[in-house]
Amino acid sequence: MSYPLLSLAIWVPVAAGIIVLATGSDRNAGLARTLALAGAMLGLLVTLPLYFGFNATTADMQLEEIHAWIPNFNIRYHLGVDGISVLFVILNSFITVLVVLAGWVAIKNKVAQYNAAFLIMSGLMNGIFSALDGMLFYVFFEASLIPLYLIIGVWGGPNRVYAAIKFFLYTLLGSLLFLVALIYLFLASGSFSILVWHGLSLDASVQIWLFLAFLMAFAVKVPMFPVHTWLPDAHVEAPTGGSVVLAAIALKLGAYGFLRFSLPIAPDAAHELTWLMIALSLIAVVYIGFVALAQKDMKKLVAYSSISHMGFVTLGFFMLSSLSVEGAIVQMISHGFVSAAMFLCIGVLYDRMHSRQIADYGGVVNTMPKFAALFMLFAMANAGLPATSGFVGEFMVILSAVKFNFWIGFAAASTMIIGAAYTLWMYKRVIFGAIANEHVRALTDISRREFLILALLALCVLGMGLYPQPFTEVMHVSVENLLKHVALPKY
Amino acid sequence: MFANFAVPDFFPAAPEIFLLAMTCVILLLDLTVKSPRRTLTFALTQATLLGCALLTLFLFILRGIASQEFVANYTFSNMFVDDGLADFLKLLTYFTVMATLFYSRRYIEDRQAIPKGEYYVLALFATLGMMVMISANHFLTIYLGLELLSLALYATVALNRTSATATEAAMKYFVLGALASGMLLYGMSMLYGATHGALEIGAVAEQLRSAHEMGSVDKTALVFGLVFIVAGLAFKLGVVPFHMWLPDVYHGAPTSVTLLIAAAPKLAAFAMTVRLLVGGLLDLSADWCAMLMLLAVLSMAVGNMVAIMQTNIKRMLAYSAISHMGFMLLGLAAGVSVADKPLGLMAAYSASMFYVVTYVLTTLAAFGLVMLLAREGFESDRLDDFKGLNKRSPWFAAMMMILMLSMAGIPFFVGFFAKFAVLRAVVDSGHYWLAIAAVLFSLIGAFYYLRVIKIMYFDEPEADNAQPITACFFTKALVSANSLAVAAIGLFPNLLLGICNASLLDVLPRI
Repeated sequence: MSYPLLSLAIWVPVAAGIIVLATGSDRNAGLARTLALAGAMLGLLVTLPLYFGFNATTADMQLEEIHAWIPNFNIRYHLGVDGISVLFVILNSFITVLVVLAGWVAIKNKVAQYNAAFLIMSGLMNGIFSALDGMLFYVFFEASLIPLYLIIGVWGGPNRVYAAIKFFLYTLLGSLLFLVALIYLFLASGSFSILVWHGLSLDASVQIWLFLAFLMAFAVKVPMFPVHTWLPDAHVEAPTGGSVVLAAIALKLGAYGFLRFSLPIAPDAAHELTWLMIALSLIAVVYIGFVALAQKDMKKLVAYSSISHMGFVTLGFFMLSSLSVEGAIVQMISHGFVSAAMFLCIGVLYDRMHSRQIADYGGVVNTMPKFAALFMLFAMANAGLPATSGFVGEFMVILSAVKFNFWIGFAAASTMIIGAAYTLWMYKRVIFGAIANEHVRALTDISRREFLILALLALCVLGMGLYPQPFTEVMHVSVENLLKHVALPKY
Repeated sequence: MFANFAVPDFFPAAPEIFLLAMTCVILLLDLTVKSPRRTLTFALTQATLLGCALLTLFLFILRGIASQEFVANYTFSNMFVDDGLADFLKLLTYFTVMATLFYSRRYIEDRQAIPKGEYYVLALFATLGMMVMISANHFLTIYLGLELLSLALYATVALNRTSATATEAAMKYFVLGALASGMLLYGMSMLYGATHGALEIGAVAEQLRSAHEMGSVDKTALVFGLVFIVAGLAFKLGVVPFHMWLPDVYHGAPTSVTLLIAAAPKLAAFAMTVRLLVGGLLDLSADWCAMLMLLAVLSMAVGNMVAIMQTNIKRMLAYSAISHMGFMLLGLAAGVSVADKPLGLMAAYSASMFYVVTYVLTTLAAFGLVMLLAREGFESDRLDDFKGLNKRSPWFAAMMMILMLSMAGIPFFVGFFAKFAVLRAVVDSGHYWLAIAAVLFSLIGAFYYLRVIKIMYFDEPEADNAQPITACFFTKALVSANSLAVAAIGLFPNLLLGICNASLLDVLPRI
């Protein structure tokens, strides 16, 4: 296959976004929506060959594209995917289609700009997942903040300005120190190639500093305790689509960064600081789980649940066994589906009631049975019920945690209870019981469009839960290779 | 004594001579122009600048024909030089001034109180001053160019005679500017004494080096003079603690004049700084390097933090200018510590130069946009005037967003690569704490640039500010092209980086 598939995956959505922008004012809203959907579908279409043409037997980078970009600094336009990143490119393009669909009716204001922002962001995120040049990665990493900043700020809730600026500055703080680390690596190696950096030998103390700089960038993005406070604000204020992309894709960027930068470039520091990472992860899993339990706002609850689930991901990474890392990646993808679905469900309710407070609901099942059934499935997946995708990753991570250290496994496993408690309790209060008020009585069940979005996600959640092998076999060789690399000292 | 007098080679100074002649012609012609729009004056001014550009380009090509290495031409007893740095910065200066005048045209037409012809003529004199500064190879030439530029600018600030703020700004600018010139001159006189009467930059460098090699350096007088020179430069660049004039002048002057001060003179100030410190005083670099670092960190701190509190966009951009000049100085300071690494010095200075050039490009468009949104009786210089711009004019809101993001240093815009290049030099020099301070202050800076985007995109327009933009198509297109260039160079910065590298070759003869 000679097409530059990865470039297409990046630039097709960006180009589609610019075309959508050109439709101009809201008089052409219909056209903007249709074009946006077409662009998103096309974007998904060009990423499908990535999976089907993928060679899962090698850990090498595939579909590489190398062009000179800024020769003065030896910065290259270098793209490529391995078993770890390929799934995220596809996940991202898939979620973009859903996001465009989800905003079809709810967004009436500046439709073209809204859809364009999502399309451009989708392209930039694909760029992050496929960049193999440190500076290219960084450029995409930071540029992707801009559309999300606008999405939260323009189409968000009442406190959107605070949330948007907090989101931007928090993430920028992390990434600026990351930039200094990248420059250091460039000067040490004379290259911006991430693959060269993987083989670069570095002193233990240098590795620690680099690891901490990477940690600043990625911990904010994941987000890990204690730099997670921007996420609940951003989620609550963002429009539904913004929350979906934030939870499903943006959080994965941080976790992906650990796999691409922290572990292979500073493996000895990773071993050295395992205790710190595991401790922070466990705090996220357990403490943030309890915080979620106390929330009155549905979106906030799911936001905290996201932090808790992402704690599982970082926990899996830093136990450094192939089961735990694969479990963590599976958890990332599963969380991409489940959190997207949860936010979309809340969006469905919000579009009708304009409230996210759990207390405003009750007895929704009486008026929205179809919705209640789908929401049930996603709530179960969020709680990690077997046969849903949420179970697979959590189980793999817990299993390896018990092997690693019984008490860590014990603490991690407590999430099965806490997660079930906060998710199902919220579900009970919102959906079951007698009809709470007149607004709930007036609810109409989901439209065919909403059903389509949720059903697609339901298929993914169930499919991945019942048969996770297509996901694990793609990443297996790459993960093994990564762990082999991490096990060797670098100095 | 006249026996030794040889007619100097006027040719390398052809653009300056042409500009001077044409300026005098325009000055006289303008007396006869009756039209209040001064179309003839405007057209001649632009044509003159274009002519200068062609002459400079011609000189550059001639140097290329004369030798493969584009050897620099010295003339007027080595007081004046035509080298790569001079050609490149002069070309940029012409285009910056041309764009400034295009942006200003409607703005000054709308304001009765501003004399039109004088504005164009003074702009040309200021340009001549900048050109002399850029090409100066001698302490006195530098001073001459600087004074020509400064006096022209003092007068333009006061052009609007009926405005009390403009007059106050002009007074402040004049008093502080004169003080700075005095300091510079005093510093030069100290060096003149300490280097046994050397005034030519190459001779000063030679004296310092031989004194250094013989080990017979009495640094007292040298460093004493250096402090005054750096203080004078800091005044002209507008870095903390010599920045007091800058916000008031930016704010008080008519926006067209603010742009004239804010954009092109930064290029000349950069040339002056490089020629003095790097070309002449590199052997004292250990001393001025520390001074520049202090100035840089203070500027980034004060500039970025005070900018947050501004409600007027001209003042905000003034404080932003302070912080940007601080960031630029980092590159100059970093160069010295990497002088032993291959091309480390060069990379650091060309990073600074890239920073200044892209900053000028961005500022040009930013003030151009402010003037585009202004109209008769409405300055559009409060931040609140930008409220809901995305509703009124999505296109220009997007352009302004590009400029703000570029200034904040967000990729893919050119400001990011400018910051990156300087940071690379700083990290290369081993001053990690300096790099970390720089990025943290950039983070603070990002806040107020983001706030402008917030005002344009998240806020609703003010009820009394719903009129459409009245500017002519050409100005709109020029502002758009200027803003898009900020994005385009951000996507492909390599060419400009290469030019900056190449044009500095002659200034750093020793590597």
